[in-house]
Amino acid sequence: MAQSEAATIVETGAEAAAHGGGSGFNIHPMDQFVVQPLFSDGAVSIFTVTNATLWMAIVVLATALMLIVGTRGRNVIPSRAQSLAELSYGFIYKMVEDVTGRDAVKYFPYIMTLFMFIVLANFLALIPGSFSPTSHIAVTAVLALLVFFGVTILGFVLNGASFLRLFWVSSAPLALRPILAVIELVSYFVRPVSHSIRLAGNIMAGHAVLKVFAGFAGALGVFAVVPVLAITAIYALEVLVAFIQAYVFTILTCVYLKDALHPHH
Amino acid sequence: MATDPRESVLGEGDAVASGMPQLDPSSYPNQIFWLFIALIAIYFILSRVALPRIGAVLAERQGTITNDIAAAEELKLKASEAEKTYEKALADARSEANRIAEENRAEMQAELDEALKRADSEIAAQQAESERRIAEIRDSAAENVEAIARETALALVDALGGQPDSSRVDAAVNDKMGGTA
Repeated sequence: MAQSEAATIVETGAEAAAHGGGSGFNIHPMDQFVVQPLFSDGAVSIFTVTNATLWMAIVVLATALMLIVGTRGRNVIPSRAQSLAELSYGFIYKMVEDVTGRDAVKYFPYIMTLFMFIVLANFLALIPGSFSPTSHIAVTAVLALLVFFGVTILGFVLNGASFLRLFWVSSAPLALRPILAVIELVSYFVRPVSHSIRLAGNIMAGHAVLKVFAGFAGALGVFAVVPVLAITAIYALEVLVAFIQAYVFTILTCVYLKDALHPHH
Repeated sequence: MATDPRESVLGEGDAVASGMPQLDPSSYPNQIFWLFIALIAIYFILSRVALPRIGAVLAERQGTITNDIAAAEELKLKASEAEKTYEKALADARSEANRIAEENRAEMQAELDEALKRADSEIAAQQAESERRIAEIRDSAAENVEAIARETALALVDALGGQPDSSRVDAAVNDKMGGTA
């Protein structure tokens, strides 16, 4: 059951009376984020095929389409699709190499997995009527916690107890070090929070704003041209945000991974 | 719509206050489960097929470029060698041409010298011949002058009524002519 943007706008008006919302501006910008079953009316259990399932599956298919189908020619002189795949590969590979270091390229497939999932989920979520998996804190928190635990475990496995020296700023004056250690420790544990909320918050806020303006457009009649123009501008911004947030998430992952590989300041 | 989302989410407890489906924990297990499925699927797509393939294509391209650059370098070297050979051939040809021109010039000079010498000797011979003939003519002219002078003297003596004495006239003429004859 595709939740079409246009249908929602119409609904917003139509259901306003039913819900007793009263005013003409009865807008439900958060409806687009509701997780609901695709084939039944029941509650959402763990294995239920939901709209979230559908759009994550589309993300997987898009990954395959972009990186496998696009490169099936294996051309020395790439086609457009192939150069897109090569561009993504080179972009993340270089990021891992530059930010984390040459010895980190063995973690490149994991980071590339994160990036492809987030960037494609963000872009596909911009299709009207789609569902945005990355707008859900449940999804981004899992991604961030994967990074957090992965980096922490890797740090202890590779460096042993000396990984704790990450929190002991040896370049600071001795008197300040315990205080700095507390700050460093807190900031270390806050990482997954900011890491996940940044992504979910950006995507959710952008889509909600789009929906609010769409609701205005539904209620304003002829003057809808103003919110429609605003939607166009915000949509352009959201295209930018979709990429930038995926980029930020990935580069922060690289930065955190660097701490695990080289914990000494 | 099969379900009204607001009934399931906004209809209960604190979710109404927030209005955020993101904060509805009942959907978390579902999302997390499918997220893991999706991530594992993407990871296998990437690590088994996509990344090795793209890496191979990039490496192959790098190799091709390196080879092409090496080939270009080689060709450039060959070209500069060919140019050097050409320059050398040109210089050789030029010096050869100079040599031939010099030779020709010398030959012509020799021929010219010889011709000049021959011409000089011919001129000298002709000059000598001419001088000899001039001398002859002068000699014969002097003799003629003597004969004419004698005849004229005789005729004058006769015209003046004297008795022409040829022996005295001869003596007188000889005396006047001196050794010039």
